[in-house]
Amino acid sequence: MGNQSLLEAHHLGKHFGGLRALNQVSLNILRGEIFGLIGPNGAGKTTLFNLITGIYPPDEGTLFFNQQPLNGLKTHQITRAGIARTFQNIRLFSQMSALENVMVGCHPRTRTGVWGALFNTASARAEEAMILARAHALLKTCGLSQQAQRQAYQLSYGDQRRLEIARALATEPQLLALDEPAAGLNHTETEALKTLLLHLNAQGMTLLLIEHDVKLVMGLCDRMAVLDFGEKIAEGSPREVRQNPHVIKAYLGTDPIDEPAPVNPS
Amino acid sequence: MLLVSKCHFLGHKKLLGLILCIVLFALPFLLDQYLGRAWVRIIDFALLFSLLALGLNIVVGYAGLLDLGYIAFFAVGAYCYGLLCSPQFGLHWPFWFVLPLGALLAGLFGIVLGAPTLKLRGDYLAIVTLGFGEIIRIFLNNLNHPVNITNGAQGITLIDPLQWQSISLAQTIHWGGIEIAPVHYYYFVFLFCTMFMLVVSSRLERSRIGRAWMAIREDEVAAACMGLNTRNIKLTAFAMGASFGGLAGGLFAAFQGFISPESFTLTDSIMVLCMVVLGGMGHVSGVVLGAILLSVLPEILRYAGPLQMTLLHRVWVDPSDLRMLLFGLALIVMMLLRPKGLWPAKHGASTNAPSENTEPPAKNAQHG
Ligand SMILES: Nc1ncnc2c1ncn2[C@@H]1O[C@H](COP(=O)(O)OP(=O)(O)OP(=O)(O)O)[C@@H](O)[C@H]1O
Ligand SMILES: [Mg+2]
Repeated sequence: MGNQSLLEAHHLGKHFGGLRALNQVSLNILRGEIFGLIGPNGAGKTTLFNLITGIYPPDEGTLFFNQQPLNGLKTHQITRAGIARTFQNIRLFSQMSALENVMVGCHPRTRTGVWGALFNTASARAEEAMILARAHALLKTCGLSQQAQRQAYQLSYGDQRRLEIARALATEPQLLALDEPAAGLNHTETEALKTLLLHLNAQGMTLLLIEHDVKLVMGLCDRMAVLDFGEKIAEGSPREVRQNPHVIKAYLGTDPIDEPAPVNPS
Repeated sequence: MLLVSKCHFLGHKKLLGLILCIVLFALPFLLDQYLGRAWVRIIDFALLFSLLALGLNIVVGYAGLLDLGYIAFFAVGAYCYGLLCSPQFGLHWPFWFVLPLGALLAGLFGIVLGAPTLKLRGDYLAIVTLGFGEIIRIFLNNLNHPVNITNGAQGITLIDPLQWQSISLAQTIHWGGIEIAPVHYYYFVFLFCTMFMLVVSSRLERSRIGRAWMAIREDEVAAACMGLNTRNIKLTAFAMGASFGGLAGGLFAAFQGFISPESFTLTDSIMVLCMVVLGGMGHVSGVVLGAILLSVLPEILRYAGPLQMTLLHRVWVDPSDLRMLLFGLALIVMMLLRPKGLWPAKHGASTNAPSENTEPPAKNAQHG
C-alpha cells in the first residue's frame, strides 16, 4: 500500500481577471500520506483548495480522485466522493452548538428526509441517535467533549480550529484538506494539533496540509510541494524541498529553513 | 433523592400543560362572554397569523432566506379553496381534499418561485421575492379578463365553510345555555392546525433537514463543503414554508367566505415578517408569541379612542394614527433592546443531549 494515487491534479490553471492565481500546477497525492503545501502569501494555495473542492471551476486542467474525474462535480458531490476541507478563515456555523456543527457534517452519510422527520419514524430515530453518538465520538477525538453544548462562536480560537477538523471528519472523507490549521495557535495547541493529525494519519487518513509553520510541515509531511506566484516550484520529501535552490531563492530568501514562515518577500 | 425531585419537576410541567389546555379551551367562551364576539374573531385571526408566521419562520428563521413575498402562498391556498369550493365554477369539493391540495399547490409555487432566486442572498433575495409576491397579487387581480377565473378585484364570494355532509361550521347552535357560533368552531380548527404545525415545525427543526437549513443560514459555502446539496435544501425550505401558508390560506377562505386580491398585499407580507422577527427568528414559541401580539395589540389600541373620550372628553389622537405610531416605535425599541426577538431561540438546546456528560439521558427520568 501507500503508493496508490488518491488525488491527481493535471496542469491546473485559474485566473481572476488578469491575475494568474494558478498556472499549470500538477500534483499527485498518494493514499495514506501527509502531503504539505507551502508557499508565500498569495501563492495560490487556498485557490488550489477551492478548485479541488469545486468552489471554483478550474480554467484549465483536470482533477482525478480515485481515478475518477472531478470536473463538473458540485462541491457537495465532491464531499460525498470523499474530500473534506477546513477553512483558513474559520467558517463554522457560528450560531449552532459545537455538537450541531459536527452533526451537520454527518449529513452526506445519512438519509433522513422531511417525511422521516415529520413522522419521526423508527429509522429516523435510529439514524438521529447514530448521528448524535458519532458527533460525540468525533468531538472526543478532537478533544472538544467539554465544549459540545457551547455555540461555535463562543469557543476559543484553537477550539474553533479543532471543531472545523471534527466537522470535516464527520463527512467520512478519504482525503482531509486542511487550510492553515495551526494559524493563530499557541505552542501547546500546535503540539496537540500535531498529535491529532498524526493520530488520524495512523488510522489511514490521507492529509493535505497548507501550513505557514514550516517547522510543523517539515516535521509532519511525507512529501510536500511549494507554490510561488501560482506555479509549483518544487516537490519532494521535506529534505529535498529544503535543499531545492528555487525554494531557497523564491520562498525562503537566504534565511535558514527553521525560521518561522517569512511573509511576502518584497 | 434526585429522582424524586425530577419526578416533581415533570409533574409540575404536566400540571402547567393541563392548565394551558383548559385555558385554551375556555378562552373563546370567556372572550365571548366578557369582551364580545369581535374578540373571538380577533383570536381566530391571531391563530391564522400564527400559522403563517410558523411557515415564514422556516424560510426566514431556519434557512435564513429573507422572503418578502410570503403572502403570495397564503393567496394561492385561499384561491385554491375559493375556486374549488364556491359557486364561482359551481364546484363544491370536500374541504379535507381541498385544504391539503392548497398546501401542496402552495408548496409547488414555493419551489417554482424559489428556484430562480437560489443564487441570491439578503437584500437581493428580498427584492425579488417582493416582486414575485406582487406578481401573484396582480395576476389574481387581472385573471378575469379573457376568461374569468378569479373574478378580478371583486373577489370570490359565497365560499363554502368547512362542512361535511350535513354538518357545517357555519351554523350556530345552543348547547346548555352557551351559544356556540362559527367563530368558536373555527377557533378550535385553527388551534388544532396551529398545534399541529407547531409539532411539525419543531420536529423539522430538530432533524437532519432542520440542521441543514440552519447550516445554510450560517454559511452557505461551508454547508456545501459539508456535503449539503444547498439547492435542494433551500427549495425544501421554500416548499415547506409555502405549504404552511397555503393551508392557512384555505382556512382563511373558508372562515371569511370571501376573498379578494386586496387581502394579499405587500403590507401583509411585511406584517408576517414582523411577527417572525419580533417574536424571535428560528424559535417556534417566539414566533407564535409574535403573531399573537401583533394581531391582538392593534385591536387593543382601538380602545384608545373611546378611552380618550371618557377621560379627556375629546379624541386628541386618532387611534388609527396611534396604531402605526406605536407599532413603529415598538419595532425600533425592540431592535434596540432585544434584537433577537422577544423570545429568541436557545441554541444548543435543540439537540436533546444532556448538557455536561456524554451519556444518553437517564431512562428512569422518563417514567416519572
Ligand atoms: N475570489 C477571488 N477573486 C479575485 N482574486 C482572488 C480570489 N481568490 C484569490 N484571489 C487572488 O489569488 C491569489 C492567490 O490567493 P490564495 O488565497 O490562493 O493565496 P494563498 O496562497 O492561500 O495565500 P495565503 O497564504 O495568504 O493564504 C491572490 O493574489 C488573491 O488575491
Ligand atoms: Mg490561503
